[in-house]
Amino acid sequence: MATDLSRFRQTFIDESRDGLDAMEAGLLGLERGQADADTINAIFRAAHSIKGGAGTFGFGTIAAFTHRVETLLDEVRAGSRAATAELIAALLAAVDVLRGLIDGAAAGASDDPSACVDVAARLQALLDRQPAVAGPAVPAGPADTAPAGWRIRFAPQPEMVAGGNDPVRLLRELATLGEATVVADRSRLPALEALDPEALHLAWTVTLTGPAATREAILAVFEWVEGECELDVAPLEARRDAVSPASAAPAPTAPPAAGGGGPPAPAVGRGAAAPVPGDATSLRVSTAQLDELGNLVGELVITQSMLGQIGRDFEPRRLEQLLSGLAQLERNTRELQESVMRIRMVPISFAFNRFPRMVHDISARLGKKVHLRVTGEGTELDKTVIEKIGDPLVHLVRNALDHGIEPPEERRAAGKPEEATLTLAACHRGGEIVVEIADDGRGIARERVRAKAVERGIIAADAALSDEQVLDLIWHPGFSTASEVSDLSGRGVGMDVVRRNIQALGGGVELRSREGAGTAVAIRLPLTLAILDGQLARLGAQVFVVPLVSIVESLKIDPGQLGELAGRAQVYRLRSDYIPVLRAADAFGIPASAGSAGGMLMVVESDGRRAGIVVDELLAQQQVVIKSLEANFRAVPGLSGATILGDGTVALILDVPGLIGMTHRGGDGSRHGHPRDGLAVAA
Amino acid sequence: MPSILAVDDSPSMRQMVRFTLAEGGYEVVEATDGAEALALARQRTVNLVLTDINMPNMDGITLVRELRQLPAYKGVPLLLLTTESAPEKKAEGKAAGATGWIVKPFSPEQLLATIRKVLG
Repeated sequence: MATDLSRFRQTFIDESRDGLDAMEAGLLGLERGQADADTINAIFRAAHSIKGGAGTFGFGTIAAFTHRVETLLDEVRAGSRAATAELIAALLAAVDVLRGLIDGAAAGASDDPSACVDVAARLQALLDRQPAVAGPAVPAGPADTAPAGWRIRFAPQPEMVAGGNDPVRLLRELATLGEATVVADRSRLPALEALDPEALHLAWTVTLTGPAATREAILAVFEWVEGECELDVAPLEARRDAVSPASAAPAPTAPPAAGGGGPPAPAVGRGAAAPVPGDATSLRVSTAQLDELGNLVGELVITQSMLGQIGRDFEPRRLEQLLSGLAQLERNTRELQESVMRIRMVPISFAFNRFPRMVHDISARLGKKVHLRVTGEGTELDKTVIEKIGDPLVHLVRNALDHGIEPPEERRAAGKPEEATLTLAACHRGGEIVVEIADDGRGIARERVRAKAVERGIIAADAALSDEQVLDLIWHPGFSTASEVSDLSGRGVGMDVVRRNIQALGGGVELRSREGAGTAVAIRLPLTLAILDGQLARLGAQVFVVPLVSIVESLKIDPGQLGELAGRAQVYRLRSDYIPVLRAADAFGIPASAGSAGGMLMVVESDGRRAGIVVDELLAQQQVVIKSLEANFRAVPGLSGATILGDGTVALILDVPGLIGMTHRGGDGSRHGHPRDGLAVAA
Repeated sequence: MPSILAVDDSPSMRQMVRFTLAEGGYEVVEATDGAEALALARQRTVNLVLTDINMPNMDGITLVRELRQLPAYKGVPLLLLTTESAPEKKAEGKAAGATGWIVKPFSPEQLLATIRKVLG
């Protein structure tokens, strides 16, 4: 049976990535002085598993490279090697190399040994410097020239069978090597009343002839019972001279294939890896979740057959049955939907994992001391959201390291501990997830922000701005706080891009900062992107969906409260406030409908800013499944997606943050610029 | 159908072992570490145990030692999955009561040949 090992490779790749993350986390812990046995064992185990799997699944380069890593770790584990900074740095570099090799394997590239030469040399240098435990067993000595045959005396200890080794199996195996004549020696057999049925009292002498019967092959048969028997293997011509009391077998060597073991010593195939079906979009699902799905589908099938039966011979008096069947269908569908949505949820640690290493590397490069504190990493979020917040998070963390956190001298001078604390926290708040990136650094200097904004022409030199308004300038497109562009943060990506990316996910960003005390950025994210609680509203002949979370209130328009501002923009007086008005029908070029005389005003809010959207009529509230406009049509400013309603028509989903951004830009000039371009706003 | 308890913390290894042994006509029960395996073994007796050595919670050597204490596991073959870099583990395993070992890396064919040899 030749088994195709490639089917297991994806699992190996996934688990190796997890293992590398665990190694990295452990090594960083070790560096902080967390040198307990659990940490070291966890690092070792990860390396050990990767090596074992790589060898088994045909990734020779990975196995050979990891062998060095494992040997070093084994010495640390045994206490014969100290976990020096140099060693940890080399092992971290090895983790990076392995990530590259695993990525290569995932992409189906053949092993490229050159990718790991430098780091392999570094590891080897460390291994050479402190000759510790001896390397792997030396391969077997010179092969015997086969004599005509062998006489084998095999006298097991009475307890051998309890260890699971059956002498009959051993004799049978011996017989596969050639022609065997077996003679039992019953001399040790006690009298019946003294007989212990669980003990072995027999011994055997086997005469074995045949070309396959080499000394190695014979010793291999007895490899597992070495030490549990007396064994003497002598060539037939020779006299039986030495009977070793404990073991006649030479030093344990790697067993030949017939011994049931693997190939000897570092047996790593050098063959190129076969292409792996690359699947970066896979998701691991627990069997319990799959079972649950299976159950729900089973129930759905039962409901369906019940409804089918009602439908086949329907009579009015069975209406009640039909209704209860439909109710059951609705419940099944909802449960199935919830179950499927739960599978999409993954812990945010998937996005947080890269930071310990990143903070370690960057702070070392900048000469800053930073302690990273991570909380709530088990908080679950939709997989798509997790994938998309990665870049914004990296940007914010880099900003904190680069600009927020001071060098140790400066911190000491300010009376702060030299080691800064950077916190990454995630938690549930209402129907949303809040992710916060906070540092205890120098905070944002309002004067510098102001000066920069004036220099860039974003505000007038004499503009009177509140503290909050000054901070708000940071989100302005093209604003960068870095006086000089560093290679870390200054990549031409501003905070406005961070905000835009978060808003594209249906979330929001808030910034708090106190000079001298630190900065915190809170990111609010929806739990999922696929389903939305929506308010349906009619505009002319079209139905639109407005996300329920962004609606503050809806009211009948009182024409007396409508006003014009600066000639173009329309505002509505809402109690003591004025809010900009968005005539969505005009904005999307929908012909004015008969109901334009009255209409409803939906007051929506995003990022603390409000606007009123004029619609003809409010319809039902319902959950809608979001379909991507980009994937099916193209991105349209002011719309975040589409959905299909119960009657089969397509309804467009309004992008409230985007629309509000547009009204504010149209309304009060450049102060709150929103990067989205497009459609003219208001009547 | 002879049953085999396969213990390994690596999902890919478990997958490979399960697939190979199931193809070979064995019933396979899985555990992800020694502690889970021991709990399983107390509930039911299997015909053979195949265990990795390095695992969280309880390692393979301890598992073997614990299993040998159970009356039901006297004489049941307990095999260790070991690596060529750890010859001392074989001796340690034997001392704990292991029947034998399979050296990693191994091919599915080698695995099946060894199991066939032991279970007949």
